[in-house]
Amino acid sequence: MNPIRLTGRAAISLTRMTGRVAIFAARGLARVGQHPSELVRQIMQIGWLSLPVVGLTALFTGAALALQIHSGGERFQAGDVVPAIVAIGMARELGPVLGGLMVAARVASAIAAELGTMRVTEQIDALVTLSTDPVGWLVSPRLWAAILCLPLLVGVGDIIGIMGGWLIGVNALGFNSAIYLANSWAYLEGWDVVSGLLKGAAFGLIVALSGCWFGMTASGGASGVGRATTNAVVAASVGILAANFALTGLFF
Amino acid sequence: MLAVRGLSKAFGQKQVLDSVDLDLAEGESLVVIGGSGTGKSVLLRCILGLEVPDAGEILWRGRPLAQHRADFMDDFGMLFQNAALFDSLPVWRNVAFRLLRHMPKARARAIAIEKLARVGLGPEVADLYPAELSGGMRKRAGLARAIAADPRVIFFDEPTTGLDPIRAAAINALIRSIVDETGATAITITHDMSSVRAIADRVALLDRGRLRWQGPVSEIDRAGDDYLRDFIAGRARPMARVPAS
Ligand SMILES: Nc1ncnc2c1ncn2[C@@H]1O[C@H](COP(=O)(O)OP(=O)(O)OP(=O)(O)O)[C@@H](O)[C@H]1O
Ligand SMILES: [Mg+2]
Repeated sequence: MNPIRLTGRAAISLTRMTGRVAIFAARGLARVGQHPSELVRQIMQIGWLSLPVVGLTALFTGAALALQIHSGGERFQAGDVVPAIVAIGMARELGPVLGGLMVAARVASAIAAELGTMRVTEQIDALVTLSTDPVGWLVSPRLWAAILCLPLLVGVGDIIGIMGGWLIGVNALGFNSAIYLANSWAYLEGWDVVSGLLKGAAFGLIVALSGCWFGMTASGGASGVGRATTNAVVAASVGILAANFALTGLFF
Repeated sequence: MLAVRGLSKAFGQKQVLDSVDLDLAEGESLVVIGGSGTGKSVLLRCILGLEVPDAGEILWRGRPLAQHRADFMDDFGMLFQNAALFDSLPVWRNVAFRLLRHMPKARARAIAIEKLARVGLGPEVADLYPAELSGGMRKRAGLARAIAADPRVIFFDEPTTGLDPIRAAAINALIRSIVDETGATAITITHDMSSVRAIADRVALLDRGRLRWQGPVSEIDRAGDDYLRDFIAGRARPMARVPAS
């Protein structure tokens, strides 16, 4: 087959796929509030239970960042920029991206495995026969829970990350505790934090959407569910990094 | 009341249903029999719109079912072949799933426990999760879910497979009594001839995608069809049979 035709075919199928996923997402987002109790359950699953993972990730990232910036900064006698750069770096970039990636690993996989299993064991068909719309019952609460929770997780991660930097700064790098904290806030602007939280909301949508899409379209028994789970995590992770680049370009 | 017209469905090269016509009167109990893998479950899935047919039409009360599927589903119950219980919910919430949307929890639970009792499951099962049940218990819990809201139309996909003969007889009697008492319309798929005799008003034999024979249950023993006779008697036939022309 000639290469032009192959390229065309790939482009068409990519466009078609994008359209399908977009319609799926729009349907999921539109059916908001049909099942409040499910939304609460998903907020617990996606938000609350992700706190330890996101918190630990942020703690170690903030601490490592402080060490790196200190040793890098020393090269041009600017070791004392540590608090400001840790705060800005966590809020604008590392908090949302690493938090999003950790949630992608934890949540996109769980959603895809759960919904995929429900698909291949006919539980989703059973929902239909019980007059319950699977998108409203399963997809919508997960999308909204992730969109609402990720900014909160990112916010908590920012604070813990800055604390991680502070711990290292005070205990290993010889900073004065009060001065470190004062310098953390001094150079941090509101938009640094808000842009990071907005990124978090976008990443939440990407994570839950990947999990729901690959779960709902799973087929072929246990191996199909395994494939769906892998695809969901890969798509969510790549999606987060790509969206991060696009949003950073847009915001700054 | 429910009519299937020229229903065809293929998966890839495999023609599973080939222009099936079927009529079901209100309050009638139809039993569909046929060899394993002949498309009985696919037939039910196509009627429900869970599978998109390649051709044909489903009519309900004279109108295409696709146009008022939500109304149909509101008064419908289905037992899936593998029960398809929601494994994130305890048994009673499975059974009460439909009820919980328009009645208080305590009442829905009471009805669920009563329905579980009708299929021979005690109240101690109510708070277990589906993964903690045996295959036959899961089947019966699925049956309780199907009948929980007293639907007008019920599909049972192999209600007695995996049950001991005594339980199976009780389930057959239960299905028959539901049809008699509530006037529900039912389609039951089964391989079990004692179920056929207990449940059916009318019997349809599906073979290689076509309805090979259908008639009142009283006539199955007098039918001339050799495949049906072998089916009833449980006689072995050569496995590889030429496709129907
Ligand atoms: N999703 C699917 N994809 C491909 N083929 C399918 C699919 N579902 C069913 N089939 C095929 O359709 C045929 C009929 O399947 P069906 O489940 O209706 O059989 P059945 O009559 O219910 O059998 P049994 O009595 O064993 O349950 C089978 O040959 C099966 O291979
Ligand atoms: Mg079947």
